[in-house]
Amino acid sequence: MKALGFIAVLITGVLLLSAVGDFPAWGDTQSPASQSEISRHFISEAEAETAVPNMVTAVLADYRGYDTMFETVVIFTAGIAIIGILGMGRLSDPESLDPQPETEAGDRDMIVINTCRLLIPVMQLFALYVVAHGHHSPGGGFQGGVILGASFILWALARDLPTALQRIKPRRMILLACIGVLIYAGAGVVCMLMDGKLLDYSALAPFMPEAAVDAPSNDIMARSHGMLIVEVGVAFTVSAIMFGIYTYLSSMGRLKGGL
Amino acid sequence: MDFFQDIVIARFNYWIYVILMMIGLYAMITKNNLIKKLIGMSIFQTAIILFFVSIGVKEGATIPIIVHHGHDEAHAESAHHGEEGAGGGDRIHAPGKIDPDKYANPLPHVLMLTAIVVGVATLGVGLAVAQKIYRDYGTLEENEILDKIRSNDG
Repeated sequence: MKALGFIAVLITGVLLLSAVGDFPAWGDTQSPASQSEISRHFISEAEAETAVPNMVTAVLADYRGYDTMFETVVIFTAGIAIIGILGMGRLSDPESLDPQPETEAGDRDMIVINTCRLLIPVMQLFALYVVAHGHHSPGGGFQGGVILGASFILWALARDLPTALQRIKPRRMILLACIGVLIYAGAGVVCMLMDGKLLDYSALAPFMPEAAVDAPSNDIMARSHGMLIVEVGVAFTVSAIMFGIYTYLSSMGRLKGGL
Repeated sequence: MDFFQDIVIARFNYWIYVILMMIGLYAMITKNNLIKKLIGMSIFQTAIILFFVSIGVKEGATIPIIVHHGHDEAHAESAHHGEEGAGGGDRIHAPGKIDPDKYANPLPHVLMLTAIVVGVATLGVGLAVAQKIYRDYGTLEENEILDKIRSNDG
């Protein structure tokens, strides 16, 4: 079995390596991916069309908004699947959420707990910054959401799982994940109601205040702000699901003890 | 020597991705332990992410975020307005003014950004299934699980 697997892997590797010569060299400016019409358009027009200097955010949330919407749904579905696999019954069981007896919680190191107490607000603030400033610097809903989820996980590691779950109960976790998807899809549907296409944020222009003289037009600014709405939705879902994955996996679905 | 320079040195990123992919594939095919299979899947994913991101690299290009030249008046003003000026005061470049050769290709970055988070989520589902299997069969070794299933059927 091992030899057979190794041969199969070797054949795959040799086939892939035989094609290496046909690929563009490292950093080649003339490579087909860099010369493609669509990539050049994203780089040269993204800011003029959306008023967002970070092209990655512009492509993620606007040009490829449909794709990103369903990536968010994939994460949401994965979270629901984990909860479904590892114990649905715990959701409605209030007993399982009682904090652990003091003796056990007292074993935790005071230095660790107090350091986390100081660190977590800063982490959460930074997460919000990453979400909100994703247009101008590296960041966005996915990155900020993961940082926000990590701050909850840190609290669960420093104390114990039930203590962290008292802050965000499993029901509320699922609700937050649902709200995230709803914000994203809702933004798209509102665009449709405003006589635009799904996720075509320029249809939201009538909601915008009067544009200043030297500022970009309302159509463009609506696209910029539409992206922010969508990123907030992504951050909701990602942070809730990241914490959900941790809580269910670390306790094997019992939502007790944890790591 | 020519082969070495053209194929190996100039295209080393493809070699790394193929080798990483082979490691991941080998673990997924031959390992008996389900967790080791999942680790192999993770390595495989990393190889694909590396492949995509390395395609976006351009010689002499910077990160795909447009540089604002200094703090011109419009930009400084928008900073004072706070929320309202989120992008509002930024100078808008005339179409075609931005040289596409100056910035790295954003498309692979976008694709991999979502792929990383989705990869974490799918890995979570895989681990949840593994935990469920462990709870039901008391083992994560593939052959032992198959033995138990057969003996239950028989």
